[in-house]
Amino acid sequence: MRLVAIVAALLAATHASTAQNVPLISGGAAFFSSTNGGNTSFLPIFEPLIAAPIGSHLLIESRATIDESFSPKSNGQTGYNHSHFAGVTYLQGDFIASPHLTVVAGSFLVPFATYNERLSPVWISNFQDGPLTASLGTMSSGTGLGGMVRGSAISRPNYSIDYTGYFSARSGNEQFNSKRSFGARTNLYLPKERLEVGLSYGRLLQGTQENFYGLHVWWEPKDAGLKVRSEYARGHHAQGYWVEVDYRTQAFGGFNSWVGRFEPLFRMQQTFRRDTVVSDGLPLEDTQRADFGLDYNLPHNMRILTSYARQFSASNDTNVWETGLVYRFLFPAWKGKSR
Amino acid sequence: MRQQHLLALSLALAALSVPVLSATQPQSQPPAKTTTKKHADPAPQPPDEGERVFVRNCSRCHATPEGFSPSISGTIVRHMRVRANLSQHDEQALLRFLNP
Ligand code: HEC
Repeated sequence: MRLVAIVAALLAATHASTAQNVPLISGGAAFFSSTNGGNTSFLPIFEPLIAAPIGSHLLIESRATIDESFSPKSNGQTGYNHSHFAGVTYLQGDFIASPHLTVVAGSFLVPFATYNERLSPVWISNFQDGPLTASLGTMSSGTGLGGMVRGSAISRPNYSIDYTGYFSARSGNEQFNSKRSFGARTNLYLPKERLEVGLSYGRLLQGTQENFYGLHVWWEPKDAGLKVRSEYARGHHAQGYWVEVDYRTQAFGGFNSWVGRFEPLFRMQQTFRRDTVVSDGLPLEDTQRADFGLDYNLPHNMRILTSYARQFSASNDTNVWETGLVYRFLFPAWKGKSR
Repeated sequence: MRQQHLLALSLALAALSVPVLSATQPQSQPPAKTTTKKHADPAPQPPDEGERVFVRNCSRCHATPEGFSPSISGTIVRHMRVRANLSQHDEQALLRFLNP
């Protein structure tokens, strides 16, 4: 309900928009199933996003998540446990203060490494599951409540450098849960090589008072249909990495031929515990996991995700089978005036 | 033991992808060129700046959208300027490219 009120207020505030700046509604809707060690759960999920420009320097953006989860009851009982979740993932105002500085205020995704800010939306990620290291550096809830500065520091034809820094207060609010923390990230991007290297830092200023360090390398060679993305993250008590390779062929009539729509994937992950203090979401034992995926990009912004993963740790090995259907939507909040 | 298996598997996968890539690369270039040619007229012009930014940047994090209403192009570009830390120059070039 609160969300509806926020959205209504936003739309009202932006009514004086120009021809190209109509607020948009976007996001993803998905139906996922996951079979882990023989138990199958189902997860229908809806993630709407609204982005509304106000004037020439401001943008309000917000994303929410609504999902239901059905998982089989344990201890030999039949039937499913059902849980429901609805919440605002983030709600922020972005003020473009100068060519090199955007000031963000509100509740925002913690800018550590790449997964949280870039790959977590259901319509973007290639695998249904996030990486095992997703909780390192993202301060438990993945969102901060406070302020962030970001922008392009240098932009030249051959390289660009950008930066992001944030401070978050502690908040126990049900919708905007966050930890007192700060952090920063900087990326170097080489557009000719299509190579990005980034460094991230984060510090949790409560509880375990940890430092987190991250390094990511993304390489997406030109016209090759190949993407290699990787991330390494280290906390006080655990560390890990993932490498994901994603390929689409143009050899059989382009990306939109029926063959070109297939997207084979491979992801390798390892996590290591540095001690037994459990302050992060990483597995309690050193874990290795290999995910093999095959996605299919249907026309009309639909996508089928399938994957098989084998996860190894000292006490048990499991197989995880996942399938899903994802729909991406994008439309103006209202019909724009003709130009 | 298992670690070795996984490693071998990843290496095999990487090795497999090399010939596939080198085989597809030459074929994929001509279509890219023909699309730029459509805009270029008799006098050879530099490829459109906005198109260059679009091609280099917009498929880095996600599939490019299959098309959208021009009424939200400014909103999208402003949103992506913030999310991807694009420069103001790139933002303006993109706007010109999306709204010729
Ligand atoms: C740094 C990664 C990144 C780059 C580069 C990027 N995007 Fe995005 N884009 C995202 C993410 C992440 C979202 C989803 C936002 C969310 O759900 O919070 C998104 C969402 C979108 C959407 C959906 C509508 C919206 O505003 O959310 C469109 C359309 C889009 N991007 C177009 C583009 C275009 C055009 C470019 C090239 C200028 C681009 N993107 C470059 C990360 C990126």
